[in-house]
Amino acid sequence: MKNQHIINSVLHIADTTLILGQRNAAWCAHGPILEQDIAITNITLDLIGQARNFYQYAASLINEADNKNETEDTLAFLRNERDFKNFLICELPNGDWAQTILRQFFFSTFQQLMYQKMMHSSDNQLAAIAAKSIKETNYHVKWSSEWVIRLGDGTDESNQRMKNAIEYLWSYTGEFFIAADYESIDVAGLKHEWLEKVKLVFEEATLSIPENTFMQTGGKTGVHTEHLGFILPEMQSLQRNFPGVEW
Amino acid sequence: MHIQIKKFYYGDIPEENTGGSGNTEKHTNELSWPLWEVFIRSKQGLDHKHAGSLRAADAEMAVENARDVYTRRQEGVSIWVVESKHVHASNPDDAEMFYEPASDKIYRHPTFYDLPDELKHM
Amino acid sequence: MSVIDLEKAFQDKIDKEIKIEPKDWMPEAYRKTNLRQISQHAHSEIVGMLPEGNWISRAPSLKRKAILIAKVQDEAGHGLYLYSAAETLGTSRDQMVEDLNSGKAKYSSIFNYPTLTWADMGAVGWLVDGAAILNQVMLCRTSYGPYARAMVRICKEESFHQRQGFESLLVLSKGSQAQRDMCQDAINRWWWPSLMMFGPKDSESTNSDQSIKWKIKRKTNDELRQQFVDMIVEQVKLLGMTLPDPNLKWNEARKHYDFGEINWEEFWNVVKGNGPCNKQRLAARNKAHDEGAWVRAAALAYAEKRKNRLKTKAA
Repeated sequence: MKNQHIINSVLHIADTTLILGQRNAAWCAHGPILEQDIAITNITLDLIGQARNFYQYAASLINEADNKNETEDTLAFLRNERDFKNFLICELPNGDWAQTILRQFFFSTFQQLMYQKMMHSSDNQLAAIAAKSIKETNYHVKWSSEWVIRLGDGTDESNQRMKNAIEYLWSYTGEFFIAADYESIDVAGLKHEWLEKVKLVFEEATLSIPENTFMQTGGKTGVHTEHLGFILPEMQSLQRNFPGVEW
Repeated sequence: MHIQIKKFYYGDIPEENTGGSGNTEKHTNELSWPLWEVFIRSKQGLDHKHAGSLRAADAEMAVENARDVYTRRQEGVSIWVVESKHVHASNPDDAEMFYEPASDKIYRHPTFYDLPDELKHM
Repeated sequence: MSVIDLEKAFQDKIDKEIKIEPKDWMPEAYRKTNLRQISQHAHSEIVGMLPEGNWISRAPSLKRKAILIAKVQDEAGHGLYLYSAAETLGTSRDQMVEDLNSGKAKYSSIFNYPTLTWADMGAVGWLVDGAAILNQVMLCRTSYGPYARAMVRICKEESFHQRQGFESLLVLSKGSQAQRDMCQDAINRWWWPSLMMFGPKDSESTNSDQSIKWKIKRKTNDELRQQFVDMIVEQVKLLGMTLPDPNLKWNEARKHYDFGEINWEEFWNVVKGNGPCNKQRLAARNKAHDEGAWVRAAALAYAEKRKNRLKTKAA
């Protein structure tokens, strides 16, 4: 069972980075200005690259254990809604630029802390992927923090839009810190530091953390929002319609 | 000189009076992000070289935009940005007095000096 | 110097292959021609992101998804380099974008065709980028310095676009019957629009070709189109596919392939705004721009605030 736990925890990160990548990719060609269209697309490419590394690793673990022929693509394109283990926050609609960059900020700040732990994992493969990925994530944190500050402390409209985004997204951040039974990283232990970092950026952005502390959960165990059921059929359509061929 | 311009500018795009109106008057009230010039050092030991320009709200964003726009293929290890309005340039009309006086100072070049072949290390 | 002398000196420079730089004297018509051509080229890159962006969410493998995103992103970069080059001629990017969004400025008509199946990604890369590259390679030697430099950078980046397109079709051509059908169908739909990308026949252009004299363009529409046909006819053989033109035939006397007549009525219809996607493309550009307005304003407002705070601190 230990192996199944590792596989699930790898799939959880793979699904999370893929679904967020899939969402962010929708900005490509539709960004607020060319330079930022390019910027968020770089983040998208980083996330999809990370997803591929984790899927490949998960596939090798599964194939080793069960003598199967999984690949990064079978795992990404042939699993169903209840199998996906991504955070709920990743599958939420992009909303406006405020909602997109705030989600990136919440997630990347968590991911940075998580990779810092994973870099010291006894699993060499995971440690190596984390060491490579964290360089990308450090940039995502920098970029998204700056946007949170810029919009929070920008115009009245941008400040209001950030408040709306916080209101919408906040209850999806609790899930980061509630470990699933398959997780070995002490994610609960990251919460304090994450909160401190968020507070610091919010302070500069003249924003505040909501009082409301109710948190949505379920993503890690495959109980999703209604949105995932639309993301997957679109993303998986070719693999489903033309099974077993090369692309 | 009577100038006639061909009707097609870029590939299949016809009509002279479309696009790039040359009219600098803007119709919206929106203010633009300032223009920045980007200089990239392609590897340690080399000079920063002009790569192009971009738009950014402030210097910090200009550096990051330069990173995202101009170094996607590992083109750089260091970035400079300067707001375009701060670049002062020489005037092309001054080219003659600026650059031509140097053309007859051939004694500044090592090849001006005729030395015997036996002379080494020089 | 009189204007006549200036114009003569200018033409001498062009004839000697000396590049023209932004602050150099240039005839007003040269400036305008370049501005229009470069901005139209930039608009084409930007609108060109849409038909391919259409398949990012559905790319059939993670590798293809990453490649497609990188390619569409490159096009944003190319648009940006070109807007920058055009800005050196005295018009702001905002003005150019406004001209595009209002429908005043034109972009390449090819992007008003829809991308209907995954094979279109391959066909667009191979045929549309292939046609564009012929134009762009020529433009690397164009007489206006900033345009030429932008084109050199673009050509360097663009070289993977056509290759990935062909490679993606190659995989389909070796795949299942359904994939081969998809591949042939995409080639059938994109072949003629690709030929139209080079513009009307030289014989239809009654004006003397000032663009060639000024070395803004270095080859005529027909020369480039012929070069493209000769190239593609050979390449399609490697796919085991066909081009939808019964009149394609090697002409031993001309040492070129003869090809059939382009449907010019369709061409003009798309140019005039009646293409399958003209309205959708402009609507998408306008939506992105309008919805980004508050973002751009907020970033400026914040930059201003911070500048003032630093000043107050220093004082």
